Amino acid sequence: MGRKTNWAEKPKTGPGRKARKQPPPAFERDGKKGGELREKRERKRLSNTVRPAENERGGVRRPPQKRFQSSTQNEDRGGATTRPLRKRFPDKNVGEEDVAKKPRKVGAAPKEEEEDEDESFGNNDEPMTLESRLRKLSDMKPTGKGDGTSGSPTRNNRKEKPARFKKQTVYKSDSEEDEEKEEESTAKLDSTFAMSDDDDDEEEDLLPFEKESVETEKETAMDMEMSEAELKSQMEDSEKFQFPDADEIEGADMQQVNDRIRDVISTLLNFKDKREEGRTRSEYTDLLLHDLCKYYGYNEYLMERFMAVFTLGELVDLLDANENPRPLTIRTNTLKTRRREVAQALISRGVNLDPVGKWSKVGLVIYSSQVPIGATPEYLAGHYMIQGAASFLPVMALAPQENERVLDMCAAPGGKSTHLAALMKNTGVLFANEFNKDRAKSLIGNFHRMGVKNSVICSYDGRKFHEVMKGFDRVLLDAPCSGTGVVSKDPAVKAQKDAKDIQRNSTKQKDLILTAIDCLDAGSKTGGYLVYSTCSVLPDENEAVVNYALSKRNVKLVPTGLDFGTPGFANFQGKRFHPTLNLTRRFYPHSHNMDGFFVAKLKKFSNSIPVNVQEVDEEEESEKAGQAEEIAEKLTKKRNRKQNKA
Amino acid sequence: MRPLTEEETRIFFEKLVKYIGENIKILIDRPDGPYCFRLNKERVFYVSEEIMKKAGNVARENLVSLGTCMGKFTKSKKFRLHVTALDYLAPYAQGKMWLKPSAEQQFLYGHNVMKSGLGRISESVDRYQGVILYSMNDLPLGFGTAAKSTSDCRHSDPGTIVCFHQSDIGEYIRSEDTLT
Repeated sequence: MGRKTNWAEKPKTGPGRKARKQPPPAFERDGKKGGELREKRERKRLSNTVRPAENERGGVRRPPQKRFQSSTQNEDRGGATTRPLRKRFPDKNVGEEDVAKKPRKVGAAPKEEEEDEDESFGNNDEPMTLESRLRKLSDMKPTGKGDGTSGSPTRNNRKEKPARFKKQTVYKSDSEEDEEKEEESTAKLDSTFAMSDDDDDEEEDLLPFEKESVETEKETAMDMEMSEAELKSQMEDSEKFQFPDADEIEGADMQQVNDRIRDVISTLLNFKDKREEGRTRSEYTDLLLHDLCKYYGYNEYLMERFMAVFTLGELVDLLDANENPRPLTIRTNTLKTRRREVAQALISRGVNLDPVGKWSKVGLVIYSSQVPIGATPEYLAGHYMIQGAASFLPVMALAPQENERVLDMCAAPGGKSTHLAALMKNTGVLFANEFNKDRAKSLIGNFHRMGVKNSVICSYDGRKFHEVMKGFDRVLLDAPCSGTGVVSKDPAVKAQKDAKDIQRNSTKQKDLILTAIDCLDAGSKTGGYLVYSTCSVLPDENEAVVNYALSKRNVKLVPTGLDFGTPGFANFQGKRFHPTLNLTRRFYPHSHNMDGFFVAKLKKFSNSIPVNVQEVDEEEESEKAGQAEEIAEKLTKKRNRKQNKA
Repeated sequence: MRPLTEEETRIFFEKLVKYIGENIKILIDRPDGPYCFRLNKERVFYVSEEIMKKAGNVARENLVSLGTCMGKFTKSKKFRLHVTALDYLAPYAQGKMWLKPSAEQQFLYGHNVMKSGLGRISESVDRYQGVILYSMNDLPLGFGTAAKSTSDCRHSDPGTIVCFHQSDIGEYIRSEDTLT
């Protein structure tokens, strides 16, 4: 009607008033000179911040934290290095008044000046050559001064703790280094232009306190240069990490070991430049292995495997994540209630919670609680189940439909099974098998509590289940494993599991997965799917097992339907698996904030069991060797059987 | 796994009638296909026939549970209802009691219900009739036997017991191993 306002959103002209909290960008040295150093730093920064991109999409929310420090630090980092250099000169469309005002403001309140500048010049993002920048700077001298003042507090800080830098310049955070560089350059500029006429004129105009500040600026600039030089020499001294001798290796206390871990990792990440002459890479990795075992309390075998699976940057993140418990999560029982109702009921009992993430509609994360979460009347009435976030994933990947026949081969204590039943809406049949009879009892309790009525709970050895029943539409195999993904739950794993345990588990898992496939019905209209999952992160228990199944049965890998997670390994340590193994998904404590988990989804496309060509060949060879008749008979029998089946 | 004998059926139904009365018919004639009662290891399971047939593949000693466990026969051939039957008892219950939040916790730890903890009671509950206990926001908590009829309850002291505890959902935690 009468509205003439233009409601269309205006394009943003630059970063907002509050977006900038750091001093203006640095003037980089010419590419040739600083190039090497910068590259090095960038590489280090990359390695420090390596995080899978999925992190934002998947995983469990981390509890809200006060992050004043870290966030400002990050901004410093990003601002100084990645932001394109902004023109520090008034555009033609900016009024001359602004320019005239500037000098006054600078002396009085440098901070304000920064922000103002941000607003008025923010729209110019084009990069400039150094020359033009310098030319313009000569007009805009006061800005450079502003830099000096804003830089001074950090410099003062640094003055107080040079001792730290003496020891380990390697650890110096990037932001500090950047600042340093920045200050250096601004200091240079200051000295270059100190004699310019502009400056002198201004100084006459200045108020007394402004003069004072200018003087202190000059003093601080001097100081800075000195400390700068000092620092540089120290840096050169301790740039390289000294390889310790045998006594030092054994005798170090925990703090030293921790420091050494970081040193060795940074050396290994940039081995060419940082290594000590004559030391091989394996010497460094051996030292790292020894230190990690000592610091985190793992046995050597397990740590070796971890080092093979994870990159060095990830490894320490993972080990640290293993030391802390994962957040407590619950799953709403959709058979009895809805998530919102559960959340309301729990909030009224003084529980602090949040949805687990966008990927699940039934999960809630508990941050804190005044009552025991496992004993509220809602829990007893079966409105929710306490369950790790990772346990949702295999069930979501299996996605059982209503009126199907579903099998959970290793069911206890029933978290995943009851989730299956909830997705099936209590229709069809759910077979929950658990070998251990004591653990099967927990199944009974949980199934009844959660109101599951379509279940049959039985206790067989999973490896013989195909003798009991076949023709399932979907099978979930959450195989027993070493538990290397849930170290935070059971730290005993760290020291106890050795090669033999992993080998045994792997064999058991291979038997189980073949049985699970045999139980499936390839002809099922809706299904024929198997989901294989473990709470281990070792490829021996995951990719190798699935690969074995692919070679022994008529199955193929299909996408899991989970939109986050790291793809599985298609090859590992020279072993080459089936290329489709990248369709499997891995989940890690450090990147997804849930237990370490592996999920693979397989589809069975034929009920016949392929005969291994090699075996037949061998038999034929032995036929030549002598026992011709016997084996011929065997073969014909085999062929007949095959024909019958087909 | 076998069907109940006539004697067993009689004992079992007698018990069930105390709680849900005439509604026992609804359990047997269901619109969503036939259901049946089956006995395995002295426990009575209530399960749809379709599932029961499939469970026939499982050997007796390996079968742990199927459908819903209603309760078990004691050695002296009496029938004890388990809390697992609550899902089927609660919707068809005839006598109901609602507990105040303060008494809720007491009952969930296995205590009898006092008059002081009684929030509401349904009409015409007879003495020694089976009642289902609810929290004030209609969450079924368990079942018991009325120690007093509705009219007696009105005039009794706050300290008198109005309901004897039989089973409550706290058992899911307290006695998970002996649940069935």
